[in-house]
Amino acid sequence: MKSRDATRRSFLGTGALAGAAWTACSAPEAEAPAEPDQPSSLGTPVSRYGQRSPHEKAARGVRESQTPEAASSRTPLDQTYGIITPSALHFERHHAGVPEIDPATHKLLVHGLVDRPMAFSVDDIKRLPSVSRVHFVECSGNSGGEWSPAGAPTVALSHGLASCSEWTGVPLRILLEEAGIQPEAKWILAEGADACLMQRSATLEKALEEGIVAYGQNGEAIRPEQGYPMRLILPGWEGNTNVKWLRRIKLTAGPQYVKDETSKYTELMEDGTAWIFTFEMDAKSVITAPSGGHMVDGPGFLEISGLAWSGRGKIRQAEVSTDAGQTWTEAELQTPVYSKAFTRFRLPWAWDGSETVLLSRCRDETGYLQPGRAELIEQRGRKSAYHCNRIKGWHIAADGSVTSAEV
Amino acid sequence: MQKSSLLSIATLVACAAPTLVAQTYGVGRPATADEVAAWDVTIGPEGRELPAGSGTAKDGAQVYEVRCKECHGDQGVGGDHAGLVGKPEQLKQTPPLKTVGSYWPYATTLFDYTRRAMPFEEPGSLSADQVYAVTAYILHLNGLVAEDDVLDRESLPQVVMPNRDGFVRDPR
Ligand code: HEC
Repeated sequence: MKSRDATRRSFLGTGALAGAAWTACSAPEAEAPAEPDQPSSLGTPVSRYGQRSPHEKAARGVRESQTPEAASSRTPLDQTYGIITPSALHFERHHAGVPEIDPATHKLLVHGLVDRPMAFSVDDIKRLPSVSRVHFVECSGNSGGEWSPAGAPTVALSHGLASCSEWTGVPLRILLEEAGIQPEAKWILAEGADACLMQRSATLEKALEEGIVAYGQNGEAIRPEQGYPMRLILPGWEGNTNVKWLRRIKLTAGPQYVKDETSKYTELMEDGTAWIFTFEMDAKSVITAPSGGHMVDGPGFLEISGLAWSGRGKIRQAEVSTDAGQTWTEAELQTPVYSKAFTRFRLPWAWDGSETVLLSRCRDETGYLQPGRAELIEQRGRKSAYHCNRIKGWHIAADGSVTSAEV
Repeated sequence: MQKSSLLSIATLVACAAPTLVAQTYGVGRPATADEVAAWDVTIGPEGRELPAGSGTAKDGAQVYEVRCKECHGDQGVGGDHAGLVGKPEQLKQTPPLKTVGSYWPYATTLFDYTRRAMPFEEPGSLSADQVYAVTAYILHLNGLVAEDDVLDRESLPQVVMPNRDGFVRDPR
C-alpha cells in the first residue's frame, strides 16, 4: 500500500516527464524504438469518467447546413460492433437544436381525456416500476438516397440514421393510468421541450402496449442529444414519433395533424395521394463490413458482418449473397435476437480477389422479406421519399476498393 | 409506499371504473388547471383550441417581410427552406412540390406550427394576431383567402385546403 502511494506521488510530481512519455506514445510510430517486452512505466491512474483510446476516431457524420439546429448527424455503423450503438455515436435528427434541461425542474404533464391531469417530476418517474429494452430508433428518412440506383457511397450515409440502444424507463401505460384514461381517448399527442415544441400524434393502443418514457440509455442517463432527461420510445415506429425531451402527453380522441405528420413524414404516391401515419419501420438489413469506403487488403478470409432490424418484431433470417444476387447463404444471427432491435449477422467468407457484389436481405417474424429496389418502387412509386428499405449492395473491385453497387 | 395502500388504491380504481383494470401508484401530483392551460398549445384540425385574436393577409405581409422572408423567399417561393406556395397538380411533377398550398390538409396546422416553431431562431415570439396575419398571408399567396379576409378562431378552420382529401391511412 505504502509503496503504491509513493509511486503515485512521484507520478504526480513528475508531470512534465509523464507528459513527455504520453507524447512519445501517441506520436507516429515511424522512428519509434523497438517495443520493450514490458512497459517501463506505470499507466495512467484511475479516473472518474472514462474516455475511449486516443487511437479511436469513429465519429458521427455531419453535413454542412445553414440551420445546423434543424439537421441530422449519422452513426458510422461500420465502426460499431455488436448490436448496441455507443450513445455518443447515436444518430441525431433535431428540428430546433438540443435544449439544455435541468432535471430538477423538468416535468411531464399528462392531460386531455384523463380523469385527473398529472404532473410528474424526473424523480417521480424514477420511483415507478421500470423496464429495460433493447430497441433501434430509425429516422424514416434513413436510406432516402437508396431510392436512386446509385445509392449512397458509405453505410453511414446510406443507413446511419438508425441506431440501437438499451432504453430504461417507465412503461407509458403506468403514467397514463395514474391520470386515469377516459374511454373516448384513442390517440396521444407527445410534445418535446425543444425550441419548436416538437409534436407527434400516436395511437393510444401503441402507447399502452409498448410505449416507454425512457430516462436511461445504455446504462447511463440519456444523452442530451437523445432527449435528456426523458424521451418517448415507441418501439419500431419511425424515429420522429419517439419524441425527445418529452414534457407533455395529451390524450385525445383523434390525431392532431401536426406539421410533422402531414407536411413531413407522409408518403406521397404516384397518383398524388399520400399515406399518412406510416408508423412502422419495415424490415431492413445492410452489410457493414466490408462496406463503402473500405479497402479490402487482398484475397483471403474475410468475415462479412451486418445489421438487420424490423419495426414489426424479431428478425428471423438474414441472408448474404457474394455473387450479386445469384445465390444466397443464410448468415448466423447473434443471439439473443431482440424484437424491434438491431440484429447482428455474420458470415465467414474467403474473397478470391475477383470483382464482385455483396448483398444482404432479411426476413422478420411476420414473414416479410426485405425487397429489392424494383420491387419497392413497384409498391410505392418514386415520390415516397421516406421508408426506403431496399436491398443494398457493395461492389468490391479487384483492387479491394468497396463502393456502392448500382442496382 | 405500503403494499396495503397500493392494493386499496387498486381496488378503488377497479370499483370506480369497472372497464379498466388499472393499478395506480399514487406517484406524481395533480396538475393545476393553470399549468395545463399554459402548456396546452395543441390545436386540432377542427380548430376548437385556437386562441383569441385575428389578422388579415394585408397585415401579414408586413410580418412576413420582416420575420420570414430571409429564409422562405419573396412571396413564399425560392427560399432556402421549405417552399410555402404551390398547387396540388405540382405533387405529380418530378420531383414533387410539397408546399402549404399543394400538400397540407388543414389550415389550422399552419397556425399551430408557425405559432410554436417559427420564426426558426425566435420560436414562440409572435403574438396571436401576428400568427393569424402571417397565416392569412401565406394562405393568400396560395389563393385560398382574399387580402382583406379576417382570420380568427371562427374563420380559420373554415378554410378548405386543396389537398384536404389527399391523405389515406397507411395501407401496409
Ligand atoms: C432563419 C430561417 C427561418 C426563418 C426566419 C423562418 N423560417 Fe420557417 N422554416 C425554417 C426551417 C429551417 C424550417 C424547417 C424546420 C424543420 O426542420 O422542421 C422551416 C419550416 C417552416 C414551415 C414548414 C414548411 C413545410 O413545408 O413543412 C413553415 C410553414 C414555416 N417555416 C413558416 C415560417 C413563417 C411563417 C416564418 C415567419 C414568421 C418563418 N417560417 C421564418 C427556417 C426559417
